[in-house]
Amino acid sequence: MRNKTIAVLSWFTALLLAGNLAVILLVLPDEVQQGPIFRIIFFHVPAAWTAFLCFFGAMIASVLYLVRKNLRYDAFAAAATEVGLAFGAANLLTGMIWGHIIWGIWWTWDWRLTSMLVGLIIYAGYVMLRRAIEEATERARMSAVVSILAFADVPIIFFSIKWWRTQHPQPVIYGGGVMSPAYKFMLFFNWIPLLLLAVALLLIRMRQEQTGREIDALRREMHAF
Amino acid sequence: MAVPAVRRAPIRTGMKPPRLSFLRQTLTVAWKDLRSELRTKEAINASLSFAVVILLLFSAAFEPTEDQTREISGGLLWLVFAFAGALILNRSFARELANDCLDALIAAPMSGAALFLGKALANFVLLSAVEAVCLPVFGAFYNVHVTRQFWPLAGVIALGTWGLTVVGTVFSALTVNLRLRELMLPVLGYPILIPCLLAAMHLTAPLVMGDPLTAELAQWVRLLVAFDVIFSALALALIESVMVR
Repeated sequence: MRNKTIAVLSWFTALLLAGNLAVILLVLPDEVQQGPIFRIIFFHVPAAWTAFLCFFGAMIASVLYLVRKNLRYDAFAAAATEVGLAFGAANLLTGMIWGHIIWGIWWTWDWRLTSMLVGLIIYAGYVMLRRAIEEATERARMSAVVSILAFADVPIIFFSIKWWRTQHPQPVIYGGGVMSPAYKFMLFFNWIPLLLLAVALLLIRMRQEQTGREIDALRREMHAF
Repeated sequence: MAVPAVRRAPIRTGMKPPRLSFLRQTLTVAWKDLRSELRTKEAINASLSFAVVILLLFSAAFEPTEDQTREISGGLLWLVFAFAGALILNRSFARELANDCLDALIAAPMSGAALFLGKALANFVLLSAVEAVCLPVFGAFYNVHVTRQFWPLAGVIALGTWGLTVVGTVFSALTVNLRLRELMLPVLGYPILIPCLLAAMHLTAPLVMGDPLTAELAQWVRLLVAFDVIFSALALALIESVMVR
């Protein structure tokens, strides 16, 4: 059943992405000031939204794990964090490519760039911690705590847009920027395939976690004899 | 002559020992930690000498002029505090591993929050002591009169140190059973501490050089206070999950 879901999701994502790419690259006109590189925003911004959503999901699952002690929540938190890391990295990389073309530099210590990087480093620490703990329930407990603490950092990332004067262009959805309706529609519409991709990856990763636990249990059973 | 009646202690069979209040429990743990540290001096000596070495190395590496010192002072001091703090924080729970003291502490009739708060308090005092030595050493090495804005500076350092201590103590408890605990504490702790350290650095730099806090620095004070409040609350809420065996 889950195999079928993943396959359907993946195909749907691929078709949607292909369609969106055709529209983004061939139909939509160049942005007046920035030229063709502006199109990267259709991946850059939805990738950030997806990453935040994943980290938020991981935090909720971590709280649920601490309350209910069901390892399924832990598997969800681990999977969501790793998928969030992938999308966060995509956001950072696309941002750097855009910055290289428009600002002429790969990196600037602008607060949003820095905050995203800090977020990614924190969640990379979460993944490292999981690797360092053998026992499943202890791993789940400790990583749940780290996930909750890490998510407390996310509002600082988000509000830093407003708190600090920055070189980053004003956010186009939240804040003062203006965007044409066709661009805005595409920005939201391209979020759908990215979200579907995230769900497919999440399902695959959760199954791996579950299989890993089963293998672990079998190994212990074997050692018991 | 009247023979004084022999006073016997009442026999307490099956009576529960009196429970200490939360504050007493916290202070008892803090005092225990401080006393054991004062006797062995295992963390504070290492932390102090490490801090002085970093201050010396920075001075040797950059030989900063007065203007450069003005720019780097906040960053330099907080890097020193953070690195020196890691040595103290690493020992905080690791010290209890010998003779299963940690299990005894967890089994003791007190809440995990009291245990955590006591440990955090002891770490705060120890780290503050290291900082109190580092500041004059910094002043001497870099030719800066550090006490011109003493009280604001002390306030900022206390706020920053509390943030450092709270997060560090949680991660000290969290990593105590790991093989790589000396490695995992900074890897997990420092990135989460970045907002706190940044705020403290931005506030410390002008204060150390004798400039008063301006209105535009107020947002950093707010950030520092918010960080302390949020993470103290989270730490107290989550510590029971960390302590379970």
